Amino acid sequence: MMEKMIFGRYVPADSIIHKMDPRSKLMIIFLFVCIIFLANNVVTYALIGIYTFFMLGLSKVPVRFLYGGLKPVLWLVLFTLVLQLFFTKEGALLFEWGPVKIYEEGVRMGIFISLRFFFLILMTSLLTLTTTPIEITDGLETLLHPLKKVRFPVHEMALMMSISLRFIPTLMQETDKIMKAQIARGVEFASGPFKERIKAVIPLLIPLFVSSFKRAEELAIAMEARGYRGGEGRTKYRQLSWQRADSFQIGLLILLTILLYLLRS
Amino acid sequence: MDISLQHVEYRYQANTPFESLAIEDVSIEIPTGIYMAIIGHTGSGKSTVLQHLNALLQPSKGTVKIGEHEIKGGQKNKNLKKVRQRVGIVFQFPEHQLFEETVEKDIIFGPLNFGVSEIEAKKRARIALKQVGLGEEILEKSPFDLSGGQMRRVAIAGVLAMEPDVLVLDEPTAGLDPRGRKEVMDMFYALHKDRNLSTILVTHSMEDAARYADQIVIMQQGKVVKKGTPEEIFSAPTELVQMGLDVPEVVRFQLKLEEKMGMKLEKIHLTIDELSSAVTDQLSRGVRS
Amino acid sequence: MKESIVTLKEVSFQYDLQERYALNNVSFNIYEGEWLAIVGHNGSGKSTMAKLLNGLQFPQEGEITVCGTLLSEESIWDIRRKIGMVFQNPDNQFVGTTVQDDVAFGLENNGIPREEMVQRVEDSLRKVKMDKFLHQEPHHLSGGQKQRVAIAGVLALRPSIIILDEATSMLDPRGREEVVETVRLLKEEKSLTVISITHDLEEAAKADRIIVMNKGEVFREGTPEEIFSMDEQLIQLGLDIPFSVKMSKAFRQKGIELSKHYLSEEELVTELWTSRCNM
Repeated sequence: MMEKMIFGRYVPADSIIHKMDPRSKLMIIFLFVCIIFLANNVVTYALIGIYTFFMLGLSKVPVRFLYGGLKPVLWLVLFTLVLQLFFTKEGALLFEWGPVKIYEEGVRMGIFISLRFFFLILMTSLLTLTTTPIEITDGLETLLHPLKKVRFPVHEMALMMSISLRFIPTLMQETDKIMKAQIARGVEFASGPFKERIKAVIPLLIPLFVSSFKRAEELAIAMEARGYRGGEGRTKYRQLSWQRADSFQIGLLILLTILLYLLRS
Repeated sequence: MDISLQHVEYRYQANTPFESLAIEDVSIEIPTGIYMAIIGHTGSGKSTVLQHLNALLQPSKGTVKIGEHEIKGGQKNKNLKKVRQRVGIVFQFPEHQLFEETVEKDIIFGPLNFGVSEIEAKKRARIALKQVGLGEEILEKSPFDLSGGQMRRVAIAGVLAMEPDVLVLDEPTAGLDPRGRKEVMDMFYALHKDRNLSTILVTHSMEDAARYADQIVIMQQGKVVKKGTPEEIFSAPTELVQMGLDVPEVVRFQLKLEEKMGMKLEKIHLTIDELSSAVTDQLSRGVRS
Repeated sequence: MKESIVTLKEVSFQYDLQERYALNNVSFNIYEGEWLAIVGHNGSGKSTMAKLLNGLQFPQEGEITVCGTLLSEESIWDIRRKIGMVFQNPDNQFVGTTVQDDVAFGLENNGIPREEMVQRVEDSLRKVKMDKFLHQEPHHLSGGQKQRVAIAGVLALRPSIIILDEATSMLDPRGREEVVETVRLLKEEKSLTVISITHDLEEAAKADRIIVMNKGEVFREGTPEEIFSMDEQLIQLGLDIPFSVKMSKAFRQKGIELSKHYLSEEELVTELWTSRCNM
C-alpha cells in the first residue's frame, strides 16, 4: 500500500519540469490553486484541463505510475461527484428513482467540482514528483525570505525541514530494527484485539523517542563543533538558478489566467 | 533444538521495482549444543540469515526448520511465537530496545509476553542479572540511568530471562571497551557450556570466531562460501585473504614468520600459546631452510 | 624543539549532579604535527577531554590554550575553526541531505563564498576518496564512508588539528581501516596534528605518543613502546595490549631472548629470524 503511494515521492527523470527552478514551480502551483476557481464553464474547464495535461506530458512521469499512485485519490474524486449529484437540488429534474432525485445543476456542479479537485491533485503531485524535498525547502526558504523582516524564522524553519528530511530514512531503519527486537521478545504488532495492539506500540515508541533525543543532542553538538551559530553571516552552497524555461512557464500561466478571465461566464 | 536452513533464498521488497536479492541458496545445519560463528562483511547477507533463525524473516524460497517447526518459502506461517520463545536474539546495540520504567520490568517483559507467570519471571530476572554480572540493587532503577555498559547487560539479561534453547548474537560487543568485550564474550561462552545452548555468533571478528566457535560459516554476497571447523577454515588462510577477509592475528603472524624463515610449521595454530611453543620447539631443534 | 600546539594546565571538570570529577587536575601538552592517542576505558574521562578541547564544555578550573589562544567564550568560534572533530556515531553528525551538502555545512557556517565552497567541497571529497558519491544520500552509505565524509567536512575548513573522538568504535574492521588510513595519509600530506581518543589499542600503537587516562587523571604518558611495556597494568585498567606485544611476551616465557616488546609484527619476525641465525 505505502509503496504505491506517490504523494511526496520524487521520481527522477530528465525533463524540462524537473530542471525548473523550485521557486518558479512553487509560484506556479500557488497561482494555479487560485486561478482554478476562475473556471466556471465548459471552455474554461477545458482550458485548465489542457494546461494540466500539457504540464504532465512535459514532466515525463510515466502515466502508469501516476495512475497507480492516484487510484486511492480517484475514489475521493468520485465521492465528491456523487455527493454533488445527490445533494444539489437546482435546475431541471433529470432523473428520479424512489427517493433519489438528480437535477441538471447537480450533474454540472458534480462534474465541475470533481474535475477541479482532480486537476488540483494532479498539479500538486506534479510538484512533488519532479522536485526533491530539499529543492522544495530551498525554494520555500528563498521565497519566504522577505518575511525575515517581520521576524519570521525563515532560516531556522528551512534548516529544520532539511534535517527532518535527512533523518526520515534513518528513523525508518531504526523503527524496523527496534520492531524486530521487540518481536523477538514476544511482542505481536500485527495481531490481537485493538487494545492489545495499542499497548504493543509502547515498546516501539519509547526506544524510538529515547534514541531520537540522543540523536538530536549529538547532532546539535556536531553542528556546533562545525561552527553553526544561527543563520547570521552564513553563505549558501545550494544555489537556485532561474532559467528561460522558468520565465516561459510563468508567462504561460499568466496567459492562462488572462484567458480564463476573458472566457469565464 | 536443531535448526536447519535448506536452500534458503530471501528477496527484500519482492515484486516491486526496488526488489533485491539478499541471500541465495543458503544451507546451514545448526545441531543442538553447537557454537557456530557466521562471518562476513557488512552486506554479505549474514544479518538476513540471522533473522531467519527465529522467523523474523520468512524465506522467499527454501525451508527453515526450527525444532519441529517448518517454515517454507512462499507460505503463510503461523504460530511463530512458539518458535521465538525458544530462539533468543541479542541484536547489535541491544540497549536500544530498553523501554520500561525499571530494570526489573524490562527484563521480565519478554518472559511475560511468552506466558511465563510473574513470580517465575521475577525469579528468572534475578538469575539473568547475576549471569550478566550485575547486582540486584539495580532492579528498581530506571534502565536509562545506567551506564552504557550496564544498559547493554540489562538488555542481554532480558533475552536470557526468556530461557531460550538457542541464543543468536549479533555483534554483541560492538562499541564496548576491551575489558567489557572480553567479559561479555566469556559470559556467553560460560552460558553456552552450562546450559548446553546452541549459540550462533554473527561477527566480523576472526579472533572471536577462532577462540569460541566449533563451526565457522563464511558468507559473501548472499552466499555461503565456506564452512568448517576453525582449524579447517584457517588452514587455508590465503584463500580468506583473497576473499578480502581477515585471518586471526595469530594465523597472520604464523604466515609472516613462515615466509621470513622459509619454513612451514606442521599445522595452523590458533592461540598465542600454541604458536609460541611450536616456534620455540622449531628454533631450538634448529631449522633446515 | 617541538612546538606545543595545545596546552592543558591543571584542568578539572565536573558534570552537573555528579560527585566525581570527570577530569581531575589534568595537565599536558600536545605538540604540533604529532599523532597523539588518548586511551582509557569507557568512563575514564577521555571523551570529556574532547569536549573541552573545542569548547563544547568549559573546565571549572585550569586553562586550555589552543594555537596560542586561551580557550574562552569569546575565542571558541576561532578555535573551532582550527580544530576539526569527528565523532563516534556516523549518523548523528551527518547534517546534509547529500554528501556534498554535508561537506559544505561547515563552510556555510563560516561564510565562505560559494565559488570557493564548490572548490573546497570537491577537493576534500577527493582527498577522502568519496568524490564519486557527491549526490549520494547518507542512508545509502556504509559507516566507514560516512565517517570519511565527516573527515572531508572537517578538512574543508582547513584545520590545524583533527580530533577523532572514538570515530572508529562503531565501525566494522574494514571501515576502521578505511578511516585510520585516510587520516594517516592526510596527516602526512597536510602536517596536521591528530588527537585520537580511542580504546582500540592497535590503533593507539600506531600513534607517536600515548596518554593513558584513568579515573579522570593522566595515568601515564609516553611512546607506544613505553606504554605497552606496562603490560598487566594496562589490562587492569580495562585496556588491552597489542597482539605483537602479547606474542613477544609469550616467546620470552618460552625462553627466547628478545631485546624488547615489539610493537610491530614485522620487527618481531625479523628478530626471531636473526635469533635463529645466532643459534
